[in-house]
Amino acid sequence: MSTLTAGTGRGARRAPAPASLLRGLPLAPAVVLLVLFLGYPVVYCIWTAFTDMKLTGASGYEFVGFDNFTRAFTSAEFHQSALLTVAFTVMSAIIGQNVLGMVLALLMRSGHRVVRAIVSAIVIGAWVLPEVVAGYLWTALLGDGGSLNGLLTAVGLPAQNWLFTAPILAVSIANIWRGTAFSMLVYSAALSEVPKEIEEAARVDGAGTWRRLFSVTLPMVRRSIATNLMLITLQTLSVFGLIWTMTRGGPSNQSATLPIYAYQQAFQFGDLGYGTALALVLLLIGGVFSLVYLRALRLGESMS
Amino acid sequence: MTTDTPELTAPPAAARAGAHRVVRRRRSSHVVSKLTVNLVLLLIAACFVVPLLWVVLAAFNESATLSVTWPDPWSLGNFGAVLDEDTTFRPMLNGFILCGTATLVTIAASVLAAYPLSRYQSRYKRPFLLTILFTTGLPITAIMVPVYGMFVQVDLIDTYMGTILFMATTSLPIAIWLTKNFMDAVPIELEEAAWTDGAAPMQALRRIVLPLMWPGMSVVAIYTFIHLWGNFFVPFILLQSNDNLPASVSIFSFFSQYGQVVYGQLAAYSVIYSLPALLLYLMLSRRLGGAFAFGGAVKG
Repeated sequence: MSTLTAGTGRGARRAPAPASLLRGLPLAPAVVLLVLFLGYPVVYCIWTAFTDMKLTGASGYEFVGFDNFTRAFTSAEFHQSALLTVAFTVMSAIIGQNVLGMVLALLMRSGHRVVRAIVSAIVIGAWVLPEVVAGYLWTALLGDGGSLNGLLTAVGLPAQNWLFTAPILAVSIANIWRGTAFSMLVYSAALSEVPKEIEEAARVDGAGTWRRLFSVTLPMVRRSIATNLMLITLQTLSVFGLIWTMTRGGPSNQSATLPIYAYQQAFQFGDLGYGTALALVLLLIGGVFSLVYLRALRLGESMS
Repeated sequence: MTTDTPELTAPPAAARAGAHRVVRRRRSSHVVSKLTVNLVLLLIAACFVVPLLWVVLAAFNESATLSVTWPDPWSLGNFGAVLDEDTTFRPMLNGFILCGTATLVTIAASVLAAYPLSRYQSRYKRPFLLTILFTTGLPITAIMVPVYGMFVQVDLIDTYMGTILFMATTSLPIAIWLTKNFMDAVPIELEEAAWTDGAAPMQALRRIVLPLMWPGMSVVAIYTFIHLWGNFFVPFILLQSNDNLPASVSIFSFFSQYGQVVYGQLAAYSVIYSLPALLLYLMLSRRLGGAFAFGGAVKG
């Protein structure tokens, strides 16, 4: 950070010019914390992923090259886990939270004041609740003796343990419930900056509701959409507590997304090397998603 | 504004007058569509409320099961049963100390870091910001093993200082990202005057920028605190003695402690444990004018 130079962008005009080292100095506390508590563990993880290190093994370990990765890519369990991770992320974040958040934000604009207050209080309430509590709530709703089954039995339909028959769907719905508030808040803020005149002009030009939405309103908030998609995708990829509380990854790994699978391998089976290799793969998947968003929507331009 | 759409000009007066006529003609269909919008909103809200019903009703029902049942009679017994030092008071206090201090550290570090990121140009800025953004999705569970090893080696294990610093670090990336974007929204012209008067950048930050962005900073603070308050994995690994554990961990020991799960007490405890996060949100959102001021923070 010692070479921060005077810039030409709009944010950098005529700033006083102390030594460039001094300029970057305020970054120091954050950088020290990040390097020490995140950077070092990540580097250590990368090293561990190429060894056969065990959790309990004081007996030493060996460098095994790409063995852990080969093992992962040839294992059916890993394939299932990677697929589940992508399915969970697409269903709950990219489709669920994102679309529902946008729908809520759009509807809120023409909703009654009282209705708006009630809806946002409830939706945000779900977001503010701690992850573990959210997990218990959904277990209570979908589990064996849970409310949904009570309801189904009451209307004469067969009851079932939803956490066993459709675990990934159950945790996805729970995650939509929990995370929609974030997208809703982001989109409400973004939509409030779209001038009413533009939409009205489009209406006068004969554009219908849907046409106005897709050709006028949404393109104007595309930056917010891209950033929001990126944030919720990365956060959803690493969801642990919610799934762990609801299903522990089961039954027979049918809701074991990569964070769960990696945790099981590292902490429960003591296979540190393999577990961290799985975590690295998860990081790579996050990287791929991020690149897609950055490229497709040219989000990066606004950051330079 | 976040757009570069060229059609961003006000419509001509004639068109606007036309629009008003159209609006008037459409008033009756307008009322219907408004009603539909409100009904749809309430329907969505009803779906969101269903899972919450159980915890509220079960908390007041001493014979609660996993199923939603109307408490008969309503009772505060569950709360009475969990409100003692070991189950509730000490873990809650621990949680406040841990998450409160960690939030302060996070805020201080990210305000400092955001200033150069927002105000100066550098060719390292973009890679740095992208790294920060990418780090927001880092699965913390994945790095807990080396962190545990490191903490044992430097004797930080089971200490509040180590745990607080680590918790603060895990929330730093998103906090820096949000703070930087909030700071970008503060016009630089105000500081230029201060700079001309010879104020150092840090003085400008403290006297001019921060007072203008406090709504944004309260959003970051709430977001950080709520996330830390709900985090059980980090304190679960890094703290060991029972007396140190925060509420997020003790809710897990609930099961083993009592053997047979007493759902009513679990629900009561969940309510108590959720209250600080809810209250914090309500308190600050009122002061912020009813809505979370997310404008500007998530634009990219």
